[in-house]
Amino acid sequence: MDWLTDNYVNILRGFGETLRLLGASGALALVLGTLVALARVSPVPILRGVGTFYVTIFRNTPLLVLILIAYYGLPEIGIDFGFFINISLAMGTYTAAFVAEAIRSGFNGVPLGQAEAARAIGMPFMTSMSQVVLPQAFRLVVPPMASVYIALTKNTSLAATFGIAEATFRMRGLFNDYASQMIQIFVGISLGYILIVAVISWIATAFERRWAVA
Amino acid sequence: MVDTATPMVAMRGVQKWFGELHVLQDIDFEVAAGEVVVVIGPSGSGKSTLCRTINRLETIDEGTIEVDGKKLPAEGKQLAELRADVGMVFQSFNLFAHKTVLENVTLGPIKVRGAKKSDAEKRAHELLERVGVEAQAAKLPAQLSGGQQQRVAIARALAMDPKVMLFDEPTSALDPEMIKEVLDTMIDLAKGGMTMIVVTHEMGFARTAADRVVFMSDGRIVEENTPEEFFTNPRSDRAKDFLGKILKH
Ligand SMILES: Nc1ncnc2c1ncn2[C@@H]1O[C@H](COP(=O)(O)OP(=O)(O)O)[C@@H](O)[C@H]1O
Ligand SMILES: [Mg+2]
Repeated sequence: MDWLTDNYVNILRGFGETLRLLGASGALALVLGTLVALARVSPVPILRGVGTFYVTIFRNTPLLVLILIAYYGLPEIGIDFGFFINISLAMGTYTAAFVAEAIRSGFNGVPLGQAEAARAIGMPFMTSMSQVVLPQAFRLVVPPMASVYIALTKNTSLAATFGIAEATFRMRGLFNDYASQMIQIFVGISLGYILIVAVISWIATAFERRWAVA
Repeated sequence: MVDTATPMVAMRGVQKWFGELHVLQDIDFEVAAGEVVVVIGPSGSGKSTLCRTINRLETIDEGTIEVDGKKLPAEGKQLAELRADVGMVFQSFNLFAHKTVLENVTLGPIKVRGAKKSDAEKRAHELLERVGVEAQAAKLPAQLSGGQQQRVAIARALAMDPKVMLFDEPTSALDPEMIKEVLDTMIDLAKGGMTMIVVTHEMGFARTAADRVVFMSDGRIVEENTPEEFFTNPRSDRAKDFLGKILKH
């Protein structure tokens, strides 16, 4: 276990970097994905078109291709915020397409009769949204959102190839230095990822409980 | 009990199309304050659409609709105010799924009428008592039977102190043993002087509680009469044909 005792600071730093990637790209995905979802359900045809176009492009392009574009392509045309931010941009824009789809499916899952009943007792549009439709949509959005963020957690490991010193990058370094303890290292690092995913699932379950309807 | 001065609901020359389908044709229809009108007719004849135009859940293409002497406003604050005065009970209950029974009844008074929470809750308990589901106040709608849910929906509408109540096939989604409990609640309301427009095929209700039956077919009001006359002595062929079909079952 000397790989662990001698390197735990670096390993923790690696997971810190993983969490930073997850936080930066996850936050971008949440904001952008919500905007794209609103565009897709809006009454304005152009906005709906833009939203659909976005989802089609970013959901169907391999993430590695987007990262390659962000890493090599964007600096060429003068968009260079450094490796970390450029890679987070790629992961965030990619994940936003999935966030948008999760949110849209949540909205579509709230029966039309709920909004009608709210309007029928005299609630203005915004009140019926905030009191009746959104709270129910959130609950439906939670499970697919958890899946999206779990996938993103694992996707952050792609950044290892591009010199971001996150958990998988550290694992490869340890493989070189402690070749005989490869299995232990592999299991140890995997447990770190599993812990992150478990926390996401736990948060999702807490939200679902809070917004339960039966 | 029926006051004929200003009608509570007045539809004049109303036309509505869904694309090519002329779903409401030349509708002239008045309901007096305190009157109970049953709307009956084959499926697809426009009964739900008629109901839904009265609180503007559906817009109309021509004609006018007045509620208590006031023209239906377009979207916005005034429309919301009018809707608060028109109670609606749906076939599929549409209780707010994420709110308790009590919250379902207090939400409108608090958020729309600006009532104090404690006042709204006191009133809600009275109404739930009146429709016989007070014991379920803390439960979520999904934990109630269909009949109980529909009675909560009636209490929710009553909590707004509506001037008129619309019922769109309120018992069609219910198991037979629950139909009576909902109809009894509605009969009590009718006896209490509530102005009601009720889409239903329940003849027992029509005979007990209705002042008038309106028969619709293909988007038109074909015949109007007292329940007794309509059921025993329909004039139009379409009404005879329709009654022949529902009476056999
Ligand atoms: N939103 C809608 N869009 C298009 N057609 C509709 C819509 N709602 C109802 N219709 C059609 O209008 C006709 C009347 O419907 P409805 O008022 O629900 O009849 P009823 O309640 O008497 O069964 C039906 O042919 C129905 O298919
Ligand atoms: Mg109908």
